[in-house]
Amino acid sequence: MKPVDAVIIGYGWTGAIMAKELTDAGLSVLVLERGPERDTAPDFEYPRIADELKYAVRGDLWQPLAGETVTIRHKPGEIAVPYRQYGSFILGNGTGGAGAHWNGQQWRASPNDLRIRSVYEERYGKKFIPDDMSIQDYGISYEELEPYFDHFEKVTGVAGTAGGNPFEGKRSNPFPQQPMPPILSSQLFAKAARELGYQPFPVPAANSTAAYTNPYGVRMGPCNLCGYCEGFGCFLYSKAAPQTTIIPVLKGRSNLQVRHNSYVTRILLDSSGKLATGVRYIDANGKQVDQPAAMVVLASFQMNNVRMLLLSGIGKPYDPVTGKGVVGKNYAYQMVSSSTAFFDESVNMNPFIGAGAAGQQAIDDYNADHFDHGKHGFVGGAMIFAGATGGRPIVQMPLPPDAPRWGSGWKSAVRKHYAHSSSVATMGSVMSYRDRYLDLDPTYRDAHGVPLLRMTFDWHPNEYKMTAFTSARAGEIVSAMKPQRMSQHILKPGDSYDVRVYQSTHNTGGAIIGTNPSNSVLNRYSQCWDVPNVFVFGASSFPQNIGYNPTGLVAALTYFAAAKIRSTYLKTGGALVHA
Amino acid sequence: MNKRTLFIGAGSVLVIGLLTLISATRWSDSHAGAHPQAPAVSTATIARGAYLARLGDCAACHSAPGQAPYSGGLRMQTPIGAIYTSNITPDRQHGIGNYTLADFDRALRFGVANGHTLYPAMPYSAYSSTTPEDVAALYAYFMHEVQPAAVARRDNDIPFPLSMRWPLTIWRWAVAPAPRAFQMQTSDAMLRRGAYIVEGLGHCGDCHTPRGPSLQVRALSAADGPAYLSGAIIDGWHAPSLRNGDRTTIGAWSEADIAQFLRTGSNRHGIAFASMNEVVSNSTQFLSSDDAAAVAHFLKSLTDTGAGMGRYVYDPATSLALRNGDAGARGAQLYLDNCAACHRPDGKGYQGVFPALAGNPVVAAAPSDSVIRIVLEGMKTARTDSTPAQFSMPSFAQRLSDQDVADVATFIRASWGNQAATISAAEVKQQRASPR
Repeated sequence: MKPVDAVIIGYGWTGAIMAKELTDAGLSVLVLERGPERDTAPDFEYPRIADELKYAVRGDLWQPLAGETVTIRHKPGEIAVPYRQYGSFILGNGTGGAGAHWNGQQWRASPNDLRIRSVYEERYGKKFIPDDMSIQDYGISYEELEPYFDHFEKVTGVAGTAGGNPFEGKRSNPFPQQPMPPILSSQLFAKAARELGYQPFPVPAANSTAAYTNPYGVRMGPCNLCGYCEGFGCFLYSKAAPQTTIIPVLKGRSNLQVRHNSYVTRILLDSSGKLATGVRYIDANGKQVDQPAAMVVLASFQMNNVRMLLLSGIGKPYDPVTGKGVVGKNYAYQMVSSSTAFFDESVNMNPFIGAGAAGQQAIDDYNADHFDHGKHGFVGGAMIFAGATGGRPIVQMPLPPDAPRWGSGWKSAVRKHYAHSSSVATMGSVMSYRDRYLDLDPTYRDAHGVPLLRMTFDWHPNEYKMTAFTSARAGEIVSAMKPQRMSQHILKPGDSYDVRVYQSTHNTGGAIIGTNPSNSVLNRYSQCWDVPNVFVFGASSFPQNIGYNPTGLVAALTYFAAAKIRSTYLKTGGALVHA
Repeated sequence: MNKRTLFIGAGSVLVIGLLTLISATRWSDSHAGAHPQAPAVSTATIARGAYLARLGDCAACHSAPGQAPYSGGLRMQTPIGAIYTSNITPDRQHGIGNYTLADFDRALRFGVANGHTLYPAMPYSAYSSTTPEDVAALYAYFMHEVQPAAVARRDNDIPFPLSMRWPLTIWRWAVAPAPRAFQMQTSDAMLRRGAYIVEGLGHCGDCHTPRGPSLQVRALSAADGPAYLSGAIIDGWHAPSLRNGDRTTIGAWSEADIAQFLRTGSNRHGIAFASMNEVVSNSTQFLSSDDAAAVAHFLKSLTDTGAGMGRYVYDPATSLALRNGDAGARGAQLYLDNCAACHRPDGKGYQGVFPALAGNPVVAAAPSDSVIRIVLEGMKTARTDSTPAQFSMPSFAQRLSDQDVADVATFIRASWGNQAATISAAEVKQQRASPR
């Protein structure tokens, strides 16, 4: 194969961002995408895309788990088993990756999320952080990332109210679009929250409010709150996705090639192990191909990023016994809860008017270190938000826990509650721990015979405390909304991680950013300490999880690195940070 | 004289006449007109030629997808069979590498190449008013900038005897004007520039002017009367009137609207579709702002004298009815279920993204071809450098019956102040059955 300047593994958000940045810089770039090519037309066309069974239940846009998945166990010593049916999280596939079928909640990290260990040690003392909690600072300040949060908001046309969130870091510009007016469920939430003394604000939404043109000249359509965001591609060109914001300008670029259905199995290294020489992949015809490249960009979602590093022998694998090694270290997740309000039939919630983010409201008082953790004894927190993402018939039928699950009883419960309920959710951070990690599974292999990634994960006491506290606050707001009754789903001590229930696709860690090679896989520019011509993008670089949706931070870290790559790496090569 | 003698005599005269004609056409082709002198080639001339080649949209026909630019080979269906466009790269064997400036001029403006008449798919009747300086600049561009491509010319798929070329010459003599210098008596330099582009290299009339019985364009310039750019059916689409007339024309468009449409493929009134997309992508998006303004200025000068339907005025009745939950009008429920997400209940769409149907001349024009076909086939907007996102409307052919399409098309043609005639299921059926 003809060598290229850069090969990018994955064509989701970070792959598309890097394809834009590197082709802008004049490099010859090849993108290898595991899944098929997908674009708004014909793949997301109305009305065929509004098929809940096909997309949100059977997951037509998701990675087929029969070919490749992850194995999961709760703790070291157990035998992990493959994740064979979608539940807890969703893996993207094809053009746009998970960015094609996300909701569009686009948050900035809180400034203190980026220096979490320092913040807690300074404010509460070193002993406040449990010994087995392996949280770390990023070594990058909010101020350094701010221009890139700002830029990505403009690329995706985020709608929001600047200053609406009193806890947000300083911003250099207002949001590029005005928020959509709140839908009724968020209005009731916001009113109740205000009565309790909070400052609710519109959830920053990458669901375009109006016809919008981004800095690349790409136009987006206005969201009509159809309720088909997560799990679906957007037929209206309004949900920001790589297809609707970046890829249009990449089409026709002579220095970019995109090969779909190309499954990378490893990054190739030279004999020193310190230099990547390209990648090996299985092409659409099942043929193995070695593609030489001067630089490798790994942009294939958190889990596959970690797997690819382990398969390629890049970086020392993490050992939970000794705590040594870095690849696979600090896998984390999120802990969510929901509080559902059931009203009488006079409150017409019209839940089918909804969107992944537009029209929703949130409070941020109990997230990150926005409140005094001293008396509560836990690290982290949760963003609390309300709104309807849709009122689809199969999976969006909230019923009280005592409602019958089938038959005429179920039907009458649906009739009673469908249009008269709403939900408030918490999106809780999860810290990283010495015994929560990723490695290669010793038994299970993918369809090509390559080992699967193994996840070792369960909840720790800190998170039960976090969710008890933040969900209680959410419950108070729901009570203030004065429903007839309320039901809450909150994880409690003793509840193990349950992969059957959807929680969030906000999986983090395993190839984390840090300040030196002994505590991290990547330096601050997402560059591998050990193999400096490999860059890794995705939430795999988060040293612990946050109480927000991760895409804003993922993209900001990518643009931040891209700027350094363009200003320095492409001229000098080699390590951008000297250990 | 008996009948037999009469036949022989008449036959002889016919044969002699035809032979005379054939030889005359050959003579005339090799002696066609006076040609410009080749000036010294400069970078500026070549750049000028590149700009003019885009104005003339040479690439649209002379470049095939996936092939070297200008290497030809694009299949064009004509009433007598398919022709394949020629290689106009400077390749000496297959292209125009051996052309002198006079040869080039003869092909461009006179429609004659290698001694025979070109098929009128080559818009030489429009190109005929190109100035000698511009012809020379185009020649410089094709000879010095375009990369030679050794792509052999494909033979046309036209059966004998229709494949004979000499009738084309008679056609040319009969209906194509002799090339002439561009002339327009006006002190308005912008108008003059606009006319030069629209009537000449822009060859807008090749699609937007109706054709006569022998398929000739019925008017080649503004001076030729109100048929010029008054709208025509081309390739099964209705290319709307570009005249400054009633609601079925672009009369409601300002000069700025027209210029914006040419440079981006859309404006507040509508969006380009069908082959106009290629015109925008390959040609008009590259118009300088002065030239785009000049084109707009000229089009606004094409006034209609006849009593038309009057200018469009928005009527809020439909929007109010839909807002109040009244979908009782024929096609209204279909519109809400299939169209309103993008085009909105008020028919105004979203500028630059989803086109307005209210007051859109494509919707309001009497011929229903475009409206029915867009509903059946869907469409995709033009890609330009400044508007890289392409928006797509899905095909509704599988989802909607002939009656449904007729109903919804009738609805949009009768709503928001549009006043076009109803459409029958039979018209939709005919469009569905038409070979494409």
